[in-house]
Amino acid sequence: MTIIQNITSHLSVKKAGIAGAGGLGSNVAAALVRSGVGHLVIADYDIVTKPNLNRQFFFADQEGQSKVDALRENLLHINPKADVEAHFCKITALNAGSLFGSCDVVIEAFDCADEKKWFAEWMIAHYPAKPLIMGSGIAGYGSPETLRVQRSGNLYICGDQRETNEKLVPLLAPRVIMVAMMQADLALELLLQEKPL
Amino acid sequence: MTITLNNRIETFSPQEMSITQIMDEKSFHFKMLIVKLNGTLIPRESWPLTVVRDGDRLDIIHLVSGG
Repeated sequence: MTIIQNITSHLSVKKAGIAGAGGLGSNVAAALVRSGVGHLVIADYDIVTKPNLNRQFFFADQEGQSKVDALRENLLHINPKADVEAHFCKITALNAGSLFGSCDVVIEAFDCADEKKWFAEWMIAHYPAKPLIMGSGIAGYGSPETLRVQRSGNLYICGDQRETNEKLVPLLAPRVIMVAMMQADLALELLLQEKPL
Repeated sequence: MTITLNNRIETFSPQEMSITQIMDEKSFHFKMLIVKLNGTLIPRESWPLTVVRDGDRLDIIHLVSGG
């Protein structure tokens, strides 16, 4: 087996959870499916709108579709054999365990800071051993060197962690996707940890 | 005391400080923070009363909207 086949075969039995299918979640999902991660659980309660298309992994003809269904469709275009569980729902304390309890790694990809905080605290309380990869601080453009990863036990935070005024500093593809790729790259690092190369 | 703050070694002149005092000194004044002391999540209401000592590991994470 070549190294890439070895990596792909190791990832094919792994399961990644993605909480949110916006700019971070949709792009993380694409990178993980391309890398060969076999099982994805994606939950989101939003629909695709035109302003999403400047950074999220959706297409103009998908406007009005639920993000999870549109994303599942796009991911299956990359790999028809990928097992993608799409859940059109808000993630709450009532369903988070059944959604993400069996995942090897969980990606936090919410929009609002208070949802990020709730989810991080819930995961730390209920699944302290499960790696949680968060995104925080992805707005604007320029100075890509300010993007970083903070490691804190099983919690990983990707982004610049800087507060900005949403009205003045918009979300744009390069920075959002860079942070999504940092999350996806860390997910591979964690999923491939025990893999003998 | 010398602690590990966000993976960096930092020295403060007092022997002990509360989490709130460290936040004031290091200017962590954001709304949405996650704080872990030696790996344990510390809720906001406990920050003024939680004592940080020499050798402790403190992680202060800033959560910003956008995803």
